[in-house]
Amino acid sequence: MYGWIFRHLPGPWPVKTLLFLALLAIVVLVLFQWVFPWLEPRLPFNDVTVDDGTGLVLPFLR
Amino acid sequence: MKPEDAEEMRRALLGDGATPSGDAEAPAPDQAPRPPRQVGRSIVRGIGETFLTVGALLLLMVVYQLWWTNVESAQAISQERQTIVDSWGKPTPGTPSPSASATPTAAPKPSYGDGFALLYIPRLADHVWGLPIMQGVGKPILAKGAGHYRGTAMPGELGNFAIAAHRSTHSEPFANFPDLRKGDKVYVQTKTTWYVYTLTKTDPTLSPTDVWVIEPVPGKPGAKPTQKLITMTTCTPRYGSTGRWAWWGVLTKTQPVSAGAPDGITGTA
Repeated sequence: MYGWIFRHLPGPWPVKTLLFLALLAIVVLVLFQWVFPWLEPRLPFNDVTVDDGTGLVLPFLR
Repeated sequence: MKPEDAEEMRRALLGDGATPSGDAEAPAPDQAPRPPRQVGRSIVRGIGETFLTVGALLLLMVVYQLWWTNVESAQAISQERQTIVDSWGKPTPGTPSPSASATPTAAPKPSYGDGFALLYIPRLADHVWGLPIMQGVGKPILAKGAGHYRGTAMPGELGNFAIAAHRSTHSEPFANFPDLRKGDKVYVQTKTTWYVYTLTKTDPTLSPTDVWVIEPVPGKPGAKPTQKLITMTTCTPRYGSTGRWAWWGVLTKTQPVSAGAPDGITGTA
């Protein structure tokens, strides 16, 4: 996968390396900005925030 | 070294004649039909890359939780603090004149998500110094400061003013919660009044279902409150969510904001 991406990037290897790093940076940005904030409340260790029917539950505070 | 020498050297190093760069004269290795051994190799490589990718993603998630949420929340906290301070500058909507609301306890209940007070705890000063207190304890609220359990008393009211904050991640306001000691002061500033609470007791062995800790008289459901209490809750162990830790305090002093900050507070907002 990574080899395939690298082979299909244009230019000599320094340009390819820069482009590859730029791609990685974009992926990390998307993850931090949108994916992780969306994912965080859905994780199993994140599940005791609200009323569970029996009454109030002290929120998840870590 | 001449360029053609470098090219030759690279080919020799790569051995199989595959060219990693997009050189036009070399056929891309993808296009030639592959011998079975190479297919097997690329499958194994693909599995390996998948594992490495999943590992990297999990590590990134940990970095996000333990570091980036702190960065984001630090910003959100100072914005919320500014919002609260700004709102204090304006007259309360619905109040005809500022002098009409002379009694400090007559303040209207804030709606969910609204910041209404700032928290100062000298013992935890590196994290809790002008920390916004907002109405409600939902996750988006706790990412911007401390949350006030709706239905519990407001600051200075008879009963139990109960708040919660994170102990790790999201700026970890209560990171140093275990450092608190009996007799420590907790300052709550509202638009009109400073409330000074003195800590009296603690229980680090609670479970998330021990909701009695925020009752008007903790542990005595339905009892008529006679004291003005504060309850602060957070998670324990740190980085975990299995237990809860609470500190209780009692109101020992009130002072109008117009009289300046109480002793123990300097350089406030």
